[in-house]
Amino acid sequence: MSFEYAPAPESRAVVDIKPSYGLFINGEFTDGTGTAFKTINPATEEVLAEVAEASDADVDEAVKAARRAYTRVWSRMSGAERAKYLYRIARIIQERGRELAVLESIDNGKPIKESRDVDVPIVAAHFFYYAGWADKLEYSGYGSTPLGVAGQVIPWNFPLLMLAWKIAPALACGNTVVLKPAETTPLTALLFAEICQQADLPPGVVNIVTGAGDTGRAIVSHPDVDKVAFTGSTEVGKAIARTVAGTDKKVTLELGGKAANIVFDDAPVDQAVEGIVNGIFFNQGHVCCAGSRLLVQESIADDLLERLKRRMSTLRMGDPLDKNTDVGAINSGEQLMRIRELSEVGDAEGAERWEVACDLPTKGFWFPPTIFTGVSQAHRIAREEIFGPVLSVLTFRTPSEAIEKANNTPFGLSAGVWTDKGSRILSMANRLRAGVVWANTFNKFDPTSPFGGYKESGYGREGGRHGLEAYLKGADA
Amino acid sequence: MSRIDVRKTYKLYIGGQFPRSESGRSYVVNDAKGRLLANAAQASRKDARDAVVAARSAFPGWSGKTAYNRAQVVYRVAEVLEGRREQFEAELRAAEGISPARARTYVDAAIDRLVWYAGWADKITQVVGNANPVAGPFFNLSTPEPSGVIAVIAPRGPLLGLVSVVAPLIVTGNTVVVVASEDNPLTAITLGEVMATSDLPGGVVNVLTGSQAEIAPWLASHMDVNGIDLTGVDDAALAVDLEVAAADNLKRVRRPAPDTDWLVQPDLDRMTRFLETKTVWHPIGV
Amino acid sequence: MSTPATSAVYDDVVRTDSSLRRFLHGLPGVDQVGCEARAAGLATRSIKTTSKAWAIDLAIRMVDLTTLEGQDTHGKVRALASKAMRPDPADPTCPATAAVCVYPDMVATAKQTLGDSGVHVAAVATAFPSGRAAMDIKLADTRDAVEAGADEIDMVIDRGAFLSGRYLQVFEEIAQVRAACARPDGTSAHLKVIFETGELQTYDNVRRASWLAMMAGGHFIKTSTGKVQPAATLPVTLIMLEAVRDFRDQTGQMVGVKPAGGIKTTKDAIKYLVMVNETCGDDWLDPDWFRFGASTLLNDLLMQRTKMTTGRYSGPDYFTLD
Repeated sequence: MSFEYAPAPESRAVVDIKPSYGLFINGEFTDGTGTAFKTINPATEEVLAEVAEASDADVDEAVKAARRAYTRVWSRMSGAERAKYLYRIARIIQERGRELAVLESIDNGKPIKESRDVDVPIVAAHFFYYAGWADKLEYSGYGSTPLGVAGQVIPWNFPLLMLAWKIAPALACGNTVVLKPAETTPLTALLFAEICQQADLPPGVVNIVTGAGDTGRAIVSHPDVDKVAFTGSTEVGKAIARTVAGTDKKVTLELGGKAANIVFDDAPVDQAVEGIVNGIFFNQGHVCCAGSRLLVQESIADDLLERLKRRMSTLRMGDPLDKNTDVGAINSGEQLMRIRELSEVGDAEGAERWEVACDLPTKGFWFPPTIFTGVSQAHRIAREEIFGPVLSVLTFRTPSEAIEKANNTPFGLSAGVWTDKGSRILSMANRLRAGVVWANTFNKFDPTSPFGGYKESGYGREGGRHGLEAYLKGADA
Repeated sequence: MSRIDVRKTYKLYIGGQFPRSESGRSYVVNDAKGRLLANAAQASRKDARDAVVAARSAFPGWSGKTAYNRAQVVYRVAEVLEGRREQFEAELRAAEGISPARARTYVDAAIDRLVWYAGWADKITQVVGNANPVAGPFFNLSTPEPSGVIAVIAPRGPLLGLVSVVAPLIVTGNTVVVVASEDNPLTAITLGEVMATSDLPGGVVNVLTGSQAEIAPWLASHMDVNGIDLTGVDDAALAVDLEVAAADNLKRVRRPAPDTDWLVQPDLDRMTRFLETKTVWHPIGV
Repeated sequence: MSTPATSAVYDDVVRTDSSLRRFLHGLPGVDQVGCEARAAGLATRSIKTTSKAWAIDLAIRMVDLTTLEGQDTHGKVRALASKAMRPDPADPTCPATAAVCVYPDMVATAKQTLGDSGVHVAAVATAFPSGRAAMDIKLADTRDAVEAGADEIDMVIDRGAFLSGRYLQVFEEIAQVRAACARPDGTSAHLKVIFETGELQTYDNVRRASWLAMMAGGHFIKTSTGKVQPAATLPVTLIMLEAVRDFRDQTGQMVGVKPAGGIKTTKDAIKYLVMVNETCGDDWLDPDWFRFGASTLLNDLLMQRTKMTTGRYSGPDYFTLD
C-alpha cells in the first residue's frame, strides 16, 4: 500500500447557481436584449447557467446609468465616504470568500487551491488597498480628479481578480464603471454585483454587462465612455487602440506575453524548479505573464531538466474542486484547440515533446503539463503565446546571450531570473525589457505592486500607487 | 425599586492586560460639573517602566507584520469602535459636558481618523520612500521604518485627540506608551478595551492614567524609549525639561500642541516624525 | 541496510579541509522563501480515509519513543518500553513503535524490557545534547551504549566546529563515532547524526551538514535534540529529504531522515509523510528510512486511530501516560 490522496472535493453547496442571469445595470438585474448564451463548467462540459447578452442598447443603458451615478453621486462624494464603500466590499469578499472561490473554480476550471489561496485573497486585498487610496488621492502624485465613466473589458483567466484590478482603483478615484466579464466566465462578476447590492453601493456606480466581442466593442466605442481598460489578447488590444484613436478616451491595455524565465548555474536549484513549475503550470498556464520560455544555462541544463521532469510527475491533474488538484481544466474547447495546434507545430518544427503521463478525464477540456526541449528562438512555440501548460526550453551560455534571447520578442510583460548572486539579479533586471521582473520567485502579485507590460504587452500599470494614474486626470487638472 | 448599576473599575492597560497601578494609588475623576465620575488608577514610575518593557517586547512582532496586516488590524479597531459608539458618546458627554450632537461628531471623526490612518499602513512607503538614481552601478532604495517605542503624552481630547496621536504611530509599526489626559483619563481606558478586542497584539498600545508631571519625566529619560510625543503637555517649563531629558539618548521629539483642533484633517507629519529612513545600496553587475 | 563506512565516491572531497569546504559551499543554495513556500504547499494535501488509517499505523511504526530527561529512572524507562511494544493495550492490532530512545545509562534497562520484541533501543551518545566533551569521552559514551545493547546511536555533531568552518573535524568525528558503533561480531549499531538545526539556523547550513554526515557514513540524518527551539520543522526536513534523494542519485546509497522534537499531532505527522512521499517517493515511507523522534505524538496517533475505528472523537483519558 502506498499513499493515495483523497478526492477531497470542496462542497458545491456553498454556491447557488441560478438557471439564468441578467445584466446588472443601475443597481438592478435586468434582462438583456441580445441573444442569451450558456456558460459551462470546463471540467465537465455541464451547462451552468444561461447568461444575458448585452446589446448596443443595453450597453448604452449601462453607460447612462454610470454617467448618472458619476454626476449625481459618486464624483460628489468625499473620498472618505467612497473609501467606506470599498472597505465594505473588501470585507464582504472576505466573508463570502469560500463561495467566490468555489464558483470561480466551477466556471473557470482552475484548481480550488488557487482560487481559494491566491485569487480571492488578492481580490479582497486589492479592494482593501485601493479603499485606502480613496481619501488620500492628493498624495498620489496624479491629482485627485476622476475621469468619469470607465469601460472595462476583462479576460477569462482570472475573472474575479481582473475585475478587482479594474474596479477597485476606478471607484477609489471617483469614477463609475461599466464592466464586461469574459463570455466563458461571467458568474463571479455577477456574484460581485450581488455583493455591491449587499454593500449598498449607490446604483449605477458599478454596472456589469455580459456578452462577447460585440458587447466589448460597444463599450469601447461608446462616445460617453471616458476611459477604456482592457486585459486580453494583443490582437484585440491593437483593435481597441485603433478604435479610440482621435478621441479623448484614456486607455490602458494589459496584453499578452512570452516571458523568459532565466536560470543561471548558481541558482537555488530546488526552488528554481518550483518557480519554473509555478511559472508555467499555475492556472494551467492561462497567465499572460507566464514563464513560458525557460532559458537555462547550458552547464546545468541536463540536471535541471531531470529535476523538473521528476517534479512535474508529482503534479496532480483533475477535478478543479479537489483540494489536492494542482492543475485544473483548460478554460474552453476553443483554447484547448489552440494549445493543441501550437503544440503540433512544435512537433513539426522538430522540438522534442515530453508530457506528464496521466489519465485525462473523458469529459471536459484537458491538456497535460508539457515541455518542449531543443527549442530555438526561430520556433513558433518560442515566439507565440500558447496560453496553456506548455513550456519551451532553450539554453544559453552567457548573461548577454540570455538577455538577447529574453528580449528578442515583441512582448515585454514579465521575466524571471534565478541566481544566488545579487548583483547579477539587478544587472539582468536592468537589461530586461519587461514590466515585471521576478528574481528567485515567479508569478507573485500584490495590490501594492504595479503590473503591466513593455512593447506589445500593452501600456499602463495596474496595482500600487502607479495604478491610480489610469483613473485620474493628472496633477494639473 | 430601581436597579442598582454595576460600576466599572478603571485600571491601566499594559501588555494587553488591565492591571491596577502597582502603587495601589487612585485618584478622583470628576465630570464637567464637578461630580464624581469614577476613580482612575494613578500610575507610578514602575508602571511606566513595565509599560515600556511591554511596548519593547511587542515591537519586533508588530513592526515585523506585513503592512497589509497592520492596516487590517487598525481598520478592525475602527469597526469595533463603531459598534460601541453609543458608549463613547455617553462617556464624552459625561466627561466633557458636551451636547449629544457634538459627542457624535467626535466619535464619527475618531472612527474616520482610524480608517484614514489604517489605509496609510501600506502606502506611506510608496509616498515617502523612493529609488535614488545614484551616479554609479548601484541599486539604491530608501524606505521608511518605525523608530521603535514611542512615549506619548496625550492631549485633552479624550477620544479624538487620543486616536489622532496614537493611530499614526502604530500604523507604521511603532509601539507606544500613552499617558492619558490627566483630567479626562477614563475614555482612554475604554478605548483600551476596544483595542484589546480588535486583534491588536498586547503591548502595541499601553495606556497609563495619572499625573503627567510625575510619569512623563521617567518616560522622557528612559533609555529604551526611542521617541516622545509631547502633544498634550501644556506646562511650557515641563515641556522643556522633558525635551532636555529626551536628549540623553537622542529621542525623536514632537513638541507640545495642546490646543490643536482635532477635527481638522491631519497631514503626514504625525507618521513621518517617528519614522527612520533606511537606504540600501547594492552593486549591479553580472 | 549495509552502507560502507564512508562513501568512496567522495574520497577526493574529504581529503583536506579546503577541498571539503569547496564541495560543501559549492552545493546549490537554498532560497528560504521558496523553500518555506514549498513546504507550506505540501502541508495542504489531504489524504484518503483508507490511506489515512495506513498512514497512522506507519507513523506509529516510525516513532522513536523518547525520554531524555535528567529525572529519568529505570522505572520510567521500563514503562516507556512497555508502551513502545504495546502502544494501545486495548487493541492488539496496533503496531509497535520503531524504537525507544534513551540516555546510554538506560540502555540495559530498556533492552531487558524489550527483549526480542523487535523494538530497537536507540541511545543518545557523544555528550548529548551539547556535544561539548573531549573526543575520547564521546567515543567512550558511544561504546558504552553499544556494549549495553543499543541498536542505534543518535550522536550530535559539534555545532561550534561546524559553524566556525572546521568541516573536516566534524566529518572525522562522525566517521570515528561510526567506527565506535562496531560490535565484536562484525555488525554495527546504526548511526543517526543530529545537526541541531535550530543552532545551524540557515537552510544552506542544513544542506551542507546533510552532505557532510552522509559522506561520513551516517545511516540517518536527524534534525534536533529536542532541547533547542526550533526543533524539527517542515522546511528543514524538506532540505534533508532533498539531500538524501540527491545523495542516492549520485551514489546509489540510501540514508534515512529523522525529524525530532515538536511533532505533536497526527496532522503534523501526516504532513511529514506527504512530504516524504512527494520529495523522495515510496522507498522512504518505511521505518528503516524515516523516523519521528517524539513522545507526546504517540498518544495523539492512538487517539486518531481510535477515532478512525469508532467514528467518534476520543479523549486523552483513554490512553496510557507513562
